[in-house]
Amino acid sequence: MKMLMLFSDVMIPLIFVTIICIGLSKKVPVFDAFIEGAKEGIKIVVDILPTLIGLMIAVGIVSRSGLLGFFTTSLKPLTDQLGFPAPLLPIAMMRTISASATTGLVLDLFKTYGPDSFVGRMASIMMGCTETIFYTMTIYFMSINIKKTRYTLVGALLVTLVGIIASVIITYSVF
Amino acid sequence: MINYLWAILIVLGVLYGSLTGTLGEVTLGAIEEAKAAVALGVTLIGVVAMWTGLMKIAERAGVIQALTRYMAPVLKFLFPNIPERHLARKHIATNIIANMLGLGWAATPAGLNAMKELQKLNKDKEVASIEMCTFLIINISSVQLISINMIAYRIQFGSDNPTEIIGPALIATIVSTIVGVIFCKFMMKVKTH
Repeated sequence: MKMLMLFSDVMIPLIFVTIICIGLSKKVPVFDAFIEGAKEGIKIVVDILPTLIGLMIAVGIVSRSGLLGFFTTSLKPLTDQLGFPAPLLPIAMMRTISASATTGLVLDLFKTYGPDSFVGRMASIMMGCTETIFYTMTIYFMSINIKKTRYTLVGALLVTLVGIIASVIITYSVF
Repeated sequence: MINYLWAILIVLGVLYGSLTGTLGEVTLGAIEEAKAAVALGVTLIGVVAMWTGLMKIAERAGVIQALTRYMAPVLKFLFPNIPERHLARKHIATNIIANMLGLGWAATPAGLNAMKELQKLNKDKEVASIEMCTFLIINISSVQLISINMIAYRIQFGSDNPTEIIGPALIATIVSTIVGVIFCKFMMKVKTH
C-alpha cells in the first residue's frame, strides 16, 4: 500500500526528471522545448473550453431538476430483477456522461454505504473499467468538426455494458 | 448526434424542473456549472500545458518514438490502414500508454492530437473514419491498469483493504477491452468489404 502511494507520489516528479535528463543528454534546449509545447497545450484547452461549458451546463440542468433521480427511482423494479443494486444506477448512467459528476456520486455512495460494502466494491470496480462515453466522444469529435460518428456510439455503449456486466459478475464471485 | 443529445438533456431537464417546481435549482445549477466549467478549464490549461511542454522535450529527445516502437505491433493490429511512420500512430500510442497509467489528463491532449492526425488521413472531413471509431471505442473501453484515484477515495473513506479492487477491476477492464477489439475488427471488415 505504502509502495503504491509512494509510486503515485513520485510518478510525476520522476517523469519530469527522466524526460529532462534524457533531453539534456540528447542536447535538446529543454526550456525552449517546454515553452513551445506548453503553448500548444494552452491552445488545445482553449479550443475545447466552449464544449466543456456547454456540456457541464446540460448535465447540471438534468441533475438539479431531479430528472436523474426520477429515472433511478422509476427503474428500480427493473434493476432489482436483474440483480443490479439500484444505488449504482445513477453512477452507471452518469458514468457515460460526466466523469466529475460520477466521482461525486461515488463518494456519496462511499459515505452512505462504506467503500467495503458490496455496492461500494462494485462501484469501485465499475469505475475502473468504464469511461465517459458522451464526454469523450464530444470532446474528440468536436475538436475536428466530425458530424457523423458512425458506429462509435454503438461500440462505446457495448464496451460499457460489457464492463458493467463484468463488474457485477466479478463482484458477486470474488466477494 | 451531439447536437440532439445536448438539446434533449437541456429541454427535458427544464421541462421536468417546471413540472416539479425545481426551476430555481435548475437556474442555479446551470449558472454554477458554467462557472465550474471555466474553473476546470483554468486548471486544465495549467496541467495540460505542463504535460505538452514536457512531451515536447520528450519528443525532441526521441522518447516518444521509442515508446511508439514498443506499441507498434498492437497499433499495426488495431490500425492496419495508418501508414507506418504517420504521426497519428505516435499520438495514439501516447494516449493508450497514458490511459494505462491512469494519467487521464495526459491522455486527452495526445488523444486530441491523434484525432487531428487521423482527420488528415480522412477522406470525408465530416464523417468519422474507421480508425477514429476504433480509437474512440478502445479508449472508452478503458485500458486503465490501476485506478489510483479510486484507491485514494477508498482510503479516504476508511476502507480496510483499499487495493482489493485492483485485480477484479483489471479483469473487468480486460474483458471490456477484448470485446471492444472484436467489435472494431468486425466492423472494420464489414465496412471495408
